[in-house]
Amino acid sequence: MDIIQVSHLRKEYRLGNRIIPAIKDISFTVRQGEVFGFLGPNGAGKSSTINILCTVLKPTSGTVILDSQNVMDSPHQVRKSIGVVFQDPSLDEKLTAWENLDFHARLYNVPANLKLERINMLLKLTGLGERRHDLVSSFSGGMKRRLEIARGLIHYPKVLFLDEPTIGLDPQSRTHIWGYVEMLRKTENLTIFLSTHYMEEAENCDRIAIIDHGEIITLDTPANLKKEAAADRIQIRTDQPGQAKSFIEEHFGLKVEEDEDGMMSFEMENAEQFLPEFVRSFPFSLTSLNIRRPTLDDVFLKLTGHGIRPEGADRKSLMRARVRIKGRTRN
Amino acid sequence: MTGNLNGIYVIWLRDVKKFFRDKPRMIGATVQPALYLLLLGTGLSRGLSPLRQGSGGGSDNYLHFIFPGIIAMTLLFTSVFSAISIVWDREVGFLKEVLVAPISRWAVAVGKTVGGSTVAMFQGCLMLVFAPLIHLSLSWVTVAALIPAMFFISFTLTAMGIVIASRMRSMQGFTLITNFIMLPMFFLSGAMFPTDNLPPWMSLLVILDPLTYGVDLLRNIILSAGPHSYLLCLNILALFGATMIVFAINGFSKTE
Repeated sequence: MDIIQVSHLRKEYRLGNRIIPAIKDISFTVRQGEVFGFLGPNGAGKSSTINILCTVLKPTSGTVILDSQNVMDSPHQVRKSIGVVFQDPSLDEKLTAWENLDFHARLYNVPANLKLERINMLLKLTGLGERRHDLVSSFSGGMKRRLEIARGLIHYPKVLFLDEPTIGLDPQSRTHIWGYVEMLRKTENLTIFLSTHYMEEAENCDRIAIIDHGEIITLDTPANLKKEAAADRIQIRTDQPGQAKSFIEEHFGLKVEEDEDGMMSFEMENAEQFLPEFVRSFPFSLTSLNIRRPTLDDVFLKLTGHGIRPEGADRKSLMRARVRIKGRTRN
Repeated sequence: MTGNLNGIYVIWLRDVKKFFRDKPRMIGATVQPALYLLLLGTGLSRGLSPLRQGSGGGSDNYLHFIFPGIIAMTLLFTSVFSAISIVWDREVGFLKEVLVAPISRWAVAVGKTVGGSTVAMFQGCLMLVFAPLIHLSLSWVTVAALIPAMFFISFTLTAMGIVIASRMRSMQGFTLITNFIMLPMFFLSGAMFPTDNLPPWMSLLVILDPLTYGVDLLRNIILSAGPHSYLLCLNILALFGATMIVFAINGFSKTE
């Protein structure tokens, strides 16, 4: 079942006389229970799309149906079915963890008995139980992010939106958050819609849409995307590089590339199946042998012709970065 | 509807909790009006007393005169500041969380108005501790009448603040608001001087200033004196407050 259906969505911003297209006619669907990722550089239109899907931004044209409700016509209904973790922190730092969760539960009209049960469960799950009565301003970046995710789940949404969920976090917190998201998907059949510009994060998705300059370039599972974009590469080192190179080229009919420090490499589909045969027939001594799988970086580079751009340095993102580094907002 | 009432309650509770938690802000918001009252007030009354010997006013008389005005100033600044904090909230903080929740925009505007008014009322109550210092005795009846009056005045001022905030996109316009709206409102309200002997252009501005009626209402309650009657003050404030809350809800409903 498709829980989100987006068709011909467009968003333009006006800047003086200029019209800046942020989203150019995109259509896609998200299935219930999947982890769906939006991968793209900053400014590609990821946050604009998420903001439209979670009812806080009006599109220029197009329709979005979420859980059988039209996002533009009945935002109130849609808001009941979604949880949102924004790119920028939206916790109240001068309140405690417990108060932040309690306020959220009240905003979503969660009955009092369920509220206590869920808050306790989520605090335990996110490992914040012991800090429940501490002010959020004393939390680390990773703890705040975990608390925000916990908060987004108190009302048991059908879809959880995560806009750049692990930006600026250390690898340990990132792993922690991902383990947690995986578990929820399994236990609650929760649909997760996330945007990211980290390749490793996109790897965790069931399907990803690669978005660049406001357009979806491709949409598939990470494995399929990699398969289409590039084959595996076998990398070897040997004592007799010259002879080895001509042997491989003649014997297997493959094109071998050699780099400056003598490592040779060649493309091969299903490299792990080919490897035993290769080792058996290779007459020279190997000093190293390695399979390099294509990464989403390769996919991205191939499809867009450029790597993921570094973060924009406009005023607003600088301010946000500063807020994030300080780890506090002036609420 | 329950959802919206919960929303109003949560937004109100957040403001009130944070008021009692943020001691530096509480002290800051008390010290400034106290300086106006004790230093500026005493200085002006002593320094100018040779000029007004005819009226027989002693220094306590002047301090008593400005006391309701200083409370009104406290209410004005606390109300508008707390309303304008939503601009910052919208940019990086908590407001986003509220705007994706299933509560109506009008409930957010009302919650914020009620929250800001409550905080301003508490801040106004703190100012009452300065009454003994200027030899002004307040009866329990007076205090009991002051509390709802302060809340009522704060409500109109916070609603006005929300109207301003809903038209602001960043905190950069903040000094403009202080200089072009709040300080003129304060000076023209008759908080610091009697307004019966002013040039016509200024008298007109005094009449148009809604805070004039707030100061008068407080002066009626505390000193049983003031140029306008209770009823006139209450009516004008109610009219202004109702207009502002309608604009506030309207302006807020348009936020994306």
